[in-house]
Amino acid sequence: MSIFIDQSTRLIVQGITGRDGSFHAKQMMEYGTNVVAGVTPGKGGQTFEGSVPIFNTVEEAMKETGANSSVIYVPPAFASDAMFEAADAGISFIVCITEGVPVLDMTRVRPYVLDKGARLLGPNCPGLLSAGKSKVGIIPGHITQPGPVGLVSKSGTLTYEVVYKLKGAGIGTTTCVGIGGDPINGTSFIDCLAAFEADPETKAIVMLGEIGGTDEQDAAAYIKQHVTKPVVGFIAGQTAPPGRRMGHAGAIISGSAGTAEEKLQAFRDNGIAVAQRPLDVVGLIQEVL
Amino acid sequence: MNIHEYQAKELLAAQGVPVPMGEVATTPEQAEAIARRLGGAVVVKAQVHVGGRGKAGGVKLASTPEEARDKAAAILGMDIKGLTVEKVLIAPAEDIATEAYVGIILDRASKAPVWMVSAAGGIDIEEVAATDPDKITKMAVDPRYGFLPHQAHLLATKLYSDPKQVRATARILQQLYKAFIEAGASLAEINPLITTPSGEVKAIDAKFNIDDNELFRLPEIEALRDESSEDPAEVLAREANLTFIKLDGDVGCVVNGAGLAMATMDLVKYYGGEPANFLDIGGSSNPEKVVNALKIITTDPQVKAILFNIFGGITRTDDVANGIVTATKMIDIKVPIVIRLTGTNEEIAVKILAENGFAAMTDMDEAVQKAVALAKGEAQ
Repeated sequence: MSIFIDQSTRLIVQGITGRDGSFHAKQMMEYGTNVVAGVTPGKGGQTFEGSVPIFNTVEEAMKETGANSSVIYVPPAFASDAMFEAADAGISFIVCITEGVPVLDMTRVRPYVLDKGARLLGPNCPGLLSAGKSKVGIIPGHITQPGPVGLVSKSGTLTYEVVYKLKGAGIGTTTCVGIGGDPINGTSFIDCLAAFEADPETKAIVMLGEIGGTDEQDAAAYIKQHVTKPVVGFIAGQTAPPGRRMGHAGAIISGSAGTAEEKLQAFRDNGIAVAQRPLDVVGLIQEVL
Repeated sequence: MNIHEYQAKELLAAQGVPVPMGEVATTPEQAEAIARRLGGAVVVKAQVHVGGRGKAGGVKLASTPEEARDKAAAILGMDIKGLTVEKVLIAPAEDIATEAYVGIILDRASKAPVWMVSAAGGIDIEEVAATDPDKITKMAVDPRYGFLPHQAHLLATKLYSDPKQVRATARILQQLYKAFIEAGASLAEINPLITTPSGEVKAIDAKFNIDDNELFRLPEIEALRDESSEDPAEVLAREANLTFIKLDGDVGCVVNGAGLAMATMDLVKYYGGEPANFLDIGGSSNPEKVVNALKIITTDPQVKAILFNIFGGITRTDDVANGIVTATKMIDIKVPIVIRLTGTNEEIAVKILAENGFAAMTDMDEAVQKAVALAKGEAQ
């Protein structure tokens, strides 16, 4: 099994004719993702790559193709409305890749999507990949293989680094999920941990966090209470200075809160194996498998 | 993005908040003229993007125009936490009866704007929150419905008992909320909000932090940016669409992706070195970004070695290799470069680099160790 996406995922690509959308739609199709429709307002009736129908609205795309998931590659100015639109159309799993969505917008989008009963992943995330089954987003397909590890991360390339190192040691993944590094997003570490705990094929979990906020501390407390599977944790930003945003909007130490040390301590206090370096994740996972 | 106090006050005044404005001076003579125009005692306040100006000596009271000139002369050019003071605000000195704190932040835990108000004003609110949380009233706002009048009234009653002051404060809170939303702020605070001996409620100091993600749709807020108060290398980086933060070490880092960039800095430290910067060249494949990154890093004389750490998922590593080759032809780079590339088109990248006299590594840990050793002058 896997979490959130698998062979039954029927995907709409919002922004399929854009530069990023078209590139990644092809990559997803090559990986085996069932891309059933694209949406670009004004381009309804055309087809993408000769096979994928394009619609003007998500509602129409959903009605015509029976899609259940959607991925958004539109510029920040349109991303919030794209998330609202997907939720209004009744999409149950929405992934927003777009970086740079205003945080105030997310304070409205998040409760709206939740009220519709949908799950939102992102924004500003690499999406997710269920090895050998389906990928939604931008995670390169070749860097991992099917296996027993579930991975959840705030980062893109750091995730690639770690799953690639795991693959080098012959260890594959069930699902890799990038939740994104924005201060307010749709899916949390805890949502993913709960899903991995419930997934029988996931035998161990890797959690890659970073400085800023308390998501990692909250996740650590949740793990102690609810997760029986072994968890290996890493925190990026141990050398980051306070008060400076380290790329991700959420990666900022404010005052004494949100430091790497505080998070690592929460990991240790709650029985999570701490990797000092990305490389150490491999050894720690080998120990628990 | 940070804006200055005087700019924050202008945003508040535009909403109707009672705020004694004053004027900005860049020379002692201007300060004297402004003080003369305002009449009476004034406060001379350094306009820099750091907290703790008062403690650093950047805020002074002056009772005459001549004194304002002398105080301005002392503050202009002063170094406060690494930033040079280029401007001072000359504001009328107010008679203060009480000081309160009112502020609103985008709170990630509540996933909403959250008010914090306290009758203990003129202080570091984070410190009060940590040591004496009972002195602060917090309230989350549901952004779908906005800040409601009764909520503003309720918060005002936590600060004052006089009905006139409560009404005035409720109005100020609603004006502050509107300014917060319209400026795309992640924080907006008035500290202190004062009462005068005659009972008026006024804003004396204000601070706004702007969410960088808002700037594309708020050109009038972007226009408030003061590049003279930012690190020149960071200004250059922003213009080149790179995220760069200067640090104190000597190993310059060029990485794709924020998480990997932080992990790379950490690894430099792990192997006994000190990172000179955080630099994320982002996900797109554009050799020009690499050229700009190298230009920015080489402006830092402290850098003794440059480390590239690129995981090519979407980024094509051959583009990065081309960028390195182009940049080293354009700029005279005097320090050694260590290159680690893995992923998309890695064979082509290694070939391009080899043809131009560079060796590329594939392992992150080995590359970091080599860069640290080179920065220390330990290896060739």
